[in-house]
Amino acid sequence: MNGPAQAPEFSLAAVRQGFWRLLPLSLFVGVFGLAFGLAAVQTGLSAAEILVMSATVFAGTAQFAALEMWGAEVPLLPLLATTLAINARMLLMGATLYPWLRLLPPGPRYRSLILLSDANWAMCLNDLQQGRNTVGALVGGGIALWLTWWLGSLVGVLFGGQIRDPAALGVDMVMGCFMLSMVLAGRRTRLTVLAWLVGGLAAWAAWRWLPEHSHVIVGGLAGGLVGALFPGLGQK
Amino acid sequence: MIAVEGGGGLWLVAGMALATLLVRFGGVFIMSLFPLGPRGEGFINAMAGSVLVAVLVPIALEGDLGGRLALLTTAGGMLLWARPMPAIALGVLVAALVRSL
Repeated sequence: MNGPAQAPEFSLAAVRQGFWRLLPLSLFVGVFGLAFGLAAVQTGLSAAEILVMSATVFAGTAQFAALEMWGAEVPLLPLLATTLAINARMLLMGATLYPWLRLLPPGPRYRSLILLSDANWAMCLNDLQQGRNTVGALVGGGIALWLTWWLGSLVGVLFGGQIRDPAALGVDMVMGCFMLSMVLAGRRTRLTVLAWLVGGLAAWAAWRWLPEHSHVIVGGLAGGLVGALFPGLGQK
Repeated sequence: MIAVEGGGGLWLVAGMALATLLVRFGGVFIMSLFPLGPRGEGFINAMAGSVLVAVLVPIALEGDLGGRLALLTTAGGMLLWARPMPAIALGVLVAALVRSL
């Protein structure tokens, strides 16, 4: 691997740049936030619960799943278990950033992870793998996503009813299309291609036969195993 | 069971937030407990792309027609322009159009 020798840049300028780079995509995410706000109002959550949830949890799929379990009384342990299961992919995502983040002191290292989510992780990892040694996309992009997600939720709470079905607008495809564009823009070696195949097959099998939401973990770990078994394939 | 009335809902939200923060920090924390050798680096490198692919597999193989065509359009756009934003926007547009038919 192209081992980084220096700590990644974590400056205001880098953060600002990351913010602007992910702002266009974040606008789509805002529409998704709007859909969440609306669905949450219809489920019966209070405005405070919705806005605090969007601000502090900041994880779309897990928040929608929480709505499924919400009522006058909510089972605490199943709610937490579901949240952990859906967001467990963040464990893997954070781990992939470790070769660079370990060079930062613990304070900035963990601060940079506070807003870790799919899109800013993928963009930051592409940057790092291509030699742009900065966490600007992770932090700045995270701020852009967080802001639009929260503002979208707020609009959903205030003016619900404008968008009944986000899928009809194709908005549910934003993350999928973004992830695909990051796969295609990413660095390719014999190792990554073999890992895609193994990881993809494992994810598909898990999606069919294992419990819900396990496919990302299973696919990621299976692909990672390929890299652990054949570390030599990682050279270009 | 936690009653939502009287602030219980906010405690539930706090629990979700804490659980999510735990996994946001957890990956880096767990890695920091082990020395990073060549096999560990190979594992991390290969895992990165596999996570992305694993997210996509169910949509690509089992999704609706609009979703699949959206991915196909994005792939085509990336190969043509190599720029993510127009490719994504076009993909989302195709999903919306196909689903409105």
